[in-house]
Amino acid sequence: MPLDLDLSKLRFGTELLKRGFAKMQKGGVIMDVTNAEQAVISEEAGAVAVMALERVPADIRTAGGVARMADPKKIEEIIESVTIPVMAKARIGHFAEAQALETLGVDMVDESEVLTPADPFFHIDKKQFKIPFVCGTRNLGEAARRLFEGAAMMRTKGEAGTGNVVEAVRHMRIMNSSIYRLCDLSESEMHRTAGKFAEKYLTLAGFVKSHMADEKADFSTMTIFGGKTYSTMVEEIHDVLKEIAEMKRLPVVNFAAGGIATPADAAIMMQLGCDGVFVGSGIFKSGDPPVMARAIVEAVTNFDDPSVIAEVSKSLGDPMRGLDINEIPEHERLQERGT
Amino acid sequence: MKIGVLAVQGAVSEHVEMTNRALRDLGRSGSAAVVRRVDQIEGIDSLIIPGGESTTISRLIDKQGLRDSIVKRGQDGMPIMGTCAGCILMAKAGDEDVERTDTELLSLMDMKVARNAFGGQRESFEAELDTVLFEEPFPGVFIRAPAIAEVWEDCRSLARLDEHVVMAGQAHLLAVAFHPELSGDPRVHRFFLDL
Repeated sequence: MPLDLDLSKLRFGTELLKRGFAKMQKGGVIMDVTNAEQAVISEEAGAVAVMALERVPADIRTAGGVARMADPKKIEEIIESVTIPVMAKARIGHFAEAQALETLGVDMVDESEVLTPADPFFHIDKKQFKIPFVCGTRNLGEAARRLFEGAAMMRTKGEAGTGNVVEAVRHMRIMNSSIYRLCDLSESEMHRTAGKFAEKYLTLAGFVKSHMADEKADFSTMTIFGGKTYSTMVEEIHDVLKEIAEMKRLPVVNFAAGGIATPADAAIMMQLGCDGVFVGSGIFKSGDPPVMARAIVEAVTNFDDPSVIAEVSKSLGDPMRGLDINEIPEHERLQERGT
Repeated sequence: MKIGVLAVQGAVSEHVEMTNRALRDLGRSGSAAVVRRVDQIEGIDSLIIPGGESTTISRLIDKQGLRDSIVKRGQDGMPIMGTCAGCILMAKAGDEDVERTDTELLSLMDMKVARNAFGGQRESFEAELDTVLFEEPFPGVFIRAPAIAEVWEDCRSLARLDEHVVMAGQAHLLAVAFHPELSGDPRVHRFFLDL
């Protein structure tokens, strides 16, 4: 039962609290679960948090149709069953799902490309929420936009539900290489990059302009997102890039996600610079979920010790079967969603 | 002076940075180093157990075979500070959440802790804290924080939020329910280095 406090002296939902929450997850494994029983297994195995969803990504792929926020009743049951944080996925741009998740007491929302996107133009304005958000990214531009929108944590998109780590590796290498290059850009070059990254936000305004043959429309003074004009947005994205260049890394915790299926997969992502790992289908689609879960937890802690990786990888039973990326038609690739 | 920061899971680098800053402030030589193996525990002069998830950190302390050496060195007088999840692990007793998850505590301090005492992340907060250690209030960052429900024998309260104890000390041991490593204020770390 939460303790009573004089609320007037307290500040809630600050940037420090949102980013700080994500920092507490570092060096940990966040596991996808679809019910309370799986959540308890994850907690016992040493998960730092669980991600509540209706189906794991591998099953979403098979089922097809529209994938939405999980049933709130299920989410409540999961929250009641564990003491570790409970996260849940909302569709990209679906701020009403995110509002519902916040009301349920979810600790963090994953605005996720694994679900069917709800808004073709915009992501959620995450600064309107007291709870933090994690978002998937494939590259620096996506990361800069999500940080501008108020995300407190990042993860690679990878290609969820495939058990194939190649896309997560691709996204982390692109991120590292882009940040390395960013540090060498001059102020004006960085501003130009910020302008390029901001262009995505003009899709709606550009459509309306051409739809209405409105030659006078001036994008720079138009309110585009979060009550901000386009010029302000470019400046704020520039500020995000400056912060990244100064820190030589993303200014928030960055996890691996999308295709991690084995302890060695977790270790390679950690060695590439990830702060922790999301495992989606990789645990509850494996032959022995509790054993696989514990092995990946240990692999993340000891990611730089190959003898531990070798030891925990022994006799794990069958990992999930996995999918080759080239067998997935481009329009079915989840990573193409929400850029 | 070598200050170890337990690095099995959680906000490790933030403690390393804040400890190094506190050392510089005090004009001390030495540095903070991450520790996750038994031989590394033997080479340190004090230890910080960071925030993270207490269930995870407790299990990994056992997996890494660190429990006996941490407890022994703590009993032999090595200063140890636990923050948030680390605060929970310092205690001799925990509430029903600690028991339900079979979280094995280090049982070093005469206190009982309550996990997630103030609620979930939505209820996480920042607050100015009055402490018995400092003249000026300390910026408290509480993230799904525990509270110290009871202290007994030699353990004493060092800070309260309303009537709830949120920092406690016992000789060379320090338990902090909030996150001094995130606050930008090195006073708690400086105090710890003087224990």
